[in-house]
Amino acid sequence: MRKILPLLGLALLFALPLLPVPEFWITQLNYIGMFALVSLGLVLLTGVGGLTSFGQAAFVGLGAYTTALLSTRYGLSPWLGLFAGLLITLVVALVLAWLTLRMSGHYLPLATIAWALALYYSMGNMEFLGKYDGISGVPPLELFGFSLQSGRAIYPLIWLIAVLAAFGVRNLLDSRPGRAIRALNGATTMAEAMGVSTFRYKVIIFVLAALLASVSGWLFAHFQRTVNPSPFALKMGIEYLFMAVVGGVGTVWGAFVGAGVFKIIEDELKELLPALLGSNGNFEIIVLGIVLVLIIKYAPKGLWPYVVSAGARWWPAAPRARDWADAAPLAARDKPQAGELLLDVDQVRKQFGGLVAVNDVSFQIRAREIVGLIGPNGAGKSTTFNLVTGVLGLTSGKVSFRGQSVGGLSSREIARRGMSRTFQHVKMIADMTVLENVALGGYLRSGSGTARAMLRLDREEEKRLFKEAEAQLQRIGMVAQMHELAGNLALGPQRLMEIARALCTDPALLLLDEPAAGLRLKEKQALAEVLRQLKREGMSILLVEHDMEFVMGLTDRIVVMEFGTKLIEGTPDVVQASPEVMAAYLGTEH
Amino acid sequence: MDFSIASILLLDGITNGAIYALLGLATVLVFTVTRVIFIPQGEFVAFGALTLAGLQLGQTPGTIAFLLVMAGLVAMLDLVAGLRDGKPAAKVALAVLRAAVLPVLIGLVALWAAPLKLPLVAQVLLTLAVVTAMGPLVYRLAYQSLADASVLVLLIVSVGVHFALTGLGLVFFGAEGSRNPSFWDASFTVGPLLFSGQTLIMLMASAALIVGLWLFFERSLYGKALRATAVNRLGARLMGISSTAAGRLSFTMAAFIGALSGILISPTTTIVYDSGFLIGLKGFVAAVFAGLASYPGAALGALLVGVLESFSSFWASAFKEVIVFAAILPVLLWRSLRDPHSEDH
Repeated sequence: MRKILPLLGLALLFALPLLPVPEFWITQLNYIGMFALVSLGLVLLTGVGGLTSFGQAAFVGLGAYTTALLSTRYGLSPWLGLFAGLLITLVVALVLAWLTLRMSGHYLPLATIAWALALYYSMGNMEFLGKYDGISGVPPLELFGFSLQSGRAIYPLIWLIAVLAAFGVRNLLDSRPGRAIRALNGATTMAEAMGVSTFRYKVIIFVLAALLASVSGWLFAHFQRTVNPSPFALKMGIEYLFMAVVGGVGTVWGAFVGAGVFKIIEDELKELLPALLGSNGNFEIIVLGIVLVLIIKYAPKGLWPYVVSAGARWWPAAPRARDWADAAPLAARDKPQAGELLLDVDQVRKQFGGLVAVNDVSFQIRAREIVGLIGPNGAGKSTTFNLVTGVLGLTSGKVSFRGQSVGGLSSREIARRGMSRTFQHVKMIADMTVLENVALGGYLRSGSGTARAMLRLDREEEKRLFKEAEAQLQRIGMVAQMHELAGNLALGPQRLMEIARALCTDPALLLLDEPAAGLRLKEKQALAEVLRQLKREGMSILLVEHDMEFVMGLTDRIVVMEFGTKLIEGTPDVVQASPEVMAAYLGTEH
Repeated sequence: MDFSIASILLLDGITNGAIYALLGLATVLVFTVTRVIFIPQGEFVAFGALTLAGLQLGQTPGTIAFLLVMAGLVAMLDLVAGLRDGKPAAKVALAVLRAAVLPVLIGLVALWAAPLKLPLVAQVLLTLAVVTAMGPLVYRLAYQSLADASVLVLLIVSVGVHFALTGLGLVFFGAEGSRNPSFWDASFTVGPLLFSGQTLIMLMASAALIVGLWLFFERSLYGKALRATAVNRLGARLMGISSTAAGRLSFTMAAFIGALSGILISPTTTIVYDSGFLIGLKGFVAAVFAGLASYPGAALGALLVGVLESFSSFWASAFKEVIVFAAILPVLLWRSLRDPHSEDH
């Protein structure tokens, strides 16, 4: 039933023009398909990636005007127009992305508003684009000598493209690049530490959304057979966003629900409201605006989640099929020999203005050692940790890892060299399963890109990634919870999951930032057991903690910091006996 | 182009720039305090200009009824929310009264005064009161319950509010444009330049308001409290600063600035129900120039936008909007090179 129903739905969708459906509804569905294509891009960009564009209508316009101009003025084939439109859109989108995506999130929407206005007035004032009258007489599409002039004839093409795009986006979201994209909305630091270039993926989803809009514009031009600036104005750009929000930003099928609801509401309101209120006005825009605010307030995830939860009563969601049992293992890096010098922190210093947060601290970690970095609150532990992992830049000093200097490298580059970390405040993607979160750790050990993922050519590698993720979960004893959503876990298991994710990167050195903070006693014991087991397996670990008891039983050596300087370094026994450490933690008698 | 044309264009640009500066400041103000990117800022401009135009004709503009309806809605929402939280009825009633009494009073006075064709100054004051009173009501209805949402969600809400207000503008004022009489008909010649009294009023009002805002935020305790809310809502709340009150105040100021800008430009430009959007966006470009953060920066950016606009309308008038809005791109490039940073929300 689960398999058959969607297939039946699809068959019905494509059979519609053959059935005696009124022309009006075919036209409506054509618009819905074209709108959904644009709003699909926004699902990816806004819903998943947390970026917003109000300029999607302008990209639709680029696609439409390009093909209209080429096919009327120069008599070129519309299919050539499609590629020309995509090319121009690509260039424009890349420029906008390059200008805005390095800055914080709200500059992109602002830039797209400005760009949409600029393009609108350009289209409306350019002589060769027909000014505000636009270009008419655009030829209909032809396929194998078959004219797609009528609404019924172009319908299958519109919906084929829309459905293919939807599957492409859905495939993308469930893949290696997809997991990186899903980390963009709020977990960029974590993604960077897993080796993901978040800037790159922001650019990718912005460009993808623009290209989808451009295709929609191409269809629009050949369906309407005429183009003018008004359907590509900023207002329409905002309406595309409305569709995505109403349908459910973040869900692929929500784009279709949103487009359908929008088109039907808009048409009905245009008929109904003037009849009710008895004068001519732009009433539907008032209702659209108010509905948008209400949806954000009371159903911020849009309408699609309601459809899903209604359907879940009969067809509960099935966990991911476990099809990776015979997958080949991922490539592993050569492991350091016992006793090899791994991390050499040499006189590192960090100043914030006049404040010296870390004052010429040095220590070393050799392979197969667990070293604790402890100290009271404010001692500079976390700053030291951030200096080692590349989150903060060094003021002076040197950090070498396996003989190579890593000072000044980004956390992405450092991850590539084999250091992997967890976070003091758990950073994860709450609406992905534990398994998928851990698989993000395998990002650097795999290579499938966006196009491969959309075309599902990445399945072999996905299996290998999931096999590795499952193995790491097995290692820390969480395999039973692998299909649960990460956001539903308690703090203890979330911490363990972060360790599994870090292990999935196949690290030579594991860096744990206060892993025991906020844990209950039982959870602490479970964590300590996992760390002991990792040590037995030969893992090297730097443990930043302020819980003395936790660190004492686990580590080979301890570095104690106070006020930014190194107080003492030695075995747990030495540290425990040291009067200086006691003074630092408990204060001195006067 | 000779010197006299250039100087006329420059003066024209600076005059319009002064208005953009006001709107840019309002944008910065609302954003820094509430993190709302306030797209509907321009609607207050149109409401201000057209409400005054309606009063001039002795009509009762729809904005007055709208104010009363919004006040009623807010009272109802406050009542329901208060009772649901199980607060004592007397306390709820008092809170509802406190929030609704001023807008209702303003609305009723305006209803009474509208057909009287009062002198221009009285009408200006009445318009300012009506539109300004809308600010906190809009905040209460659309934004208050979402105060902790992300910038992006607030931005989408702003767009919804903009849609609703623009549509209502058409209902209230129709599609016809209006132009108000000049406030001061005197004119002065300085060299090749002809200063009209209207220009002087626009420049002086803007300058006074900019200085006032600057003093308020830099020197007064309340202004500093507002800025603290912007940096850290929770921290400010712990220090006894109400983030709701801060939000309402910033929206009140934004509505006031919007209405004032609308009244100031309405004698020089014909205003239609949706003209406010473009005018507001130009203020916006100016605010982006300042990274949505700095008041003097926004004012400077606004003057540049105004001058750019007046010169481009001389050279390529059809493309003046294209030039003004495309100008944001190099500004963004400059900003991204200056302080590239992105943060986790």
